[in-house]
Amino acid sequence: MGPVFAALSGLIFGLGLIVSGMINPAKVLNFLDIAGQWDPSLAFVMAGAIAVTLPGYRLVHRRSGPMLHPMFHLPTRQDLDRQLIGGSAIFGLGWGIAGLCPGPAMTALPLMEGGTMLFTTAMLIGIALASYQARAPRTAT
Amino acid sequence: METTFTPLMSLAGGALIGLSAVVLMATVGRIAGISGIIAGVLSPTRDGGFSLRLAFLIGLLAAMPLALLVAPQPEIALTDTPILLILGGLLVGYGAVRGGGCTSGHGVCGLSRLSTRSLVATATFMVVAALTVFVMRHVLGVS
Repeated sequence: MGPVFAALSGLIFGLGLIVSGMINPAKVLNFLDIAGQWDPSLAFVMAGAIAVTLPGYRLVHRRSGPMLHPMFHLPTRQDLDRQLIGGSAIFGLGWGIAGLCPGPAMTALPLMEGGTMLFTTAMLIGIALASYQARAPRTAT
Repeated sequence: METTFTPLMSLAGGALIGLSAVVLMATVGRIAGISGIIAGVLSPTRDGGFSLRLAFLIGLLAAMPLALLVAPQPEIALTDTPILLILGGLLVGYGAVRGGGCTSGHGVCGLSRLSTRSLVATATFMVVAALTVFVMRHVLGVS
């Protein structure tokens, strides 16, 4: 049953991105462009999402585990390291260049538009590179 | 390109994204972070989450075809400069995995867990993205 609910969650996520308008990179860039024609919509998407997720998580985490699996898989790290901040800065740079992040890129992919396909292919390569790098044995540091 | 401010639709869409995150946590106990989910499919770990991640991505990919059954195709205005698309994609993918999450994992799920790491990550990518747009649009004039 787990994969069925995971697929349902993915579907709702994609529909949310479409309804919210965040599927359109121009809306994202206009949110980020405070000096231009500012479109505050993205702040409303974040507000709507957190307004549901924050109390929803609180409720869910009162239980000892999820309904269909033995335990919750939650990040445990608390430290702020160079990788977190550097990686986020690199992500922000790319997000600002194209206005697309992983969720909208995947959701728009089935439209088979050239620009989205090119971006998403490059994004998947970037993800694979970083995952490979994280797995590779470290020689320094 | 000019866009219209859509407070109600954006709030409603955001609430759906939140619902998705809560459903995933309540049923299988996992964070709805898109970059992490993709990374876990491209480079599987032995944590038993592969089929869940794959199923989530299939659901995500099904959203647009399903939406098109009842609604017109949404507008997607993306730059048509190939080098910007390639560079943007590489940086987004690499940076999200390196930084441990993107707008969904850090921005929605992490902030909802009141995680300091996610707050710092979200503030970092928001500020860098806004600076990038400022430089591209108002200094270089390329987008």
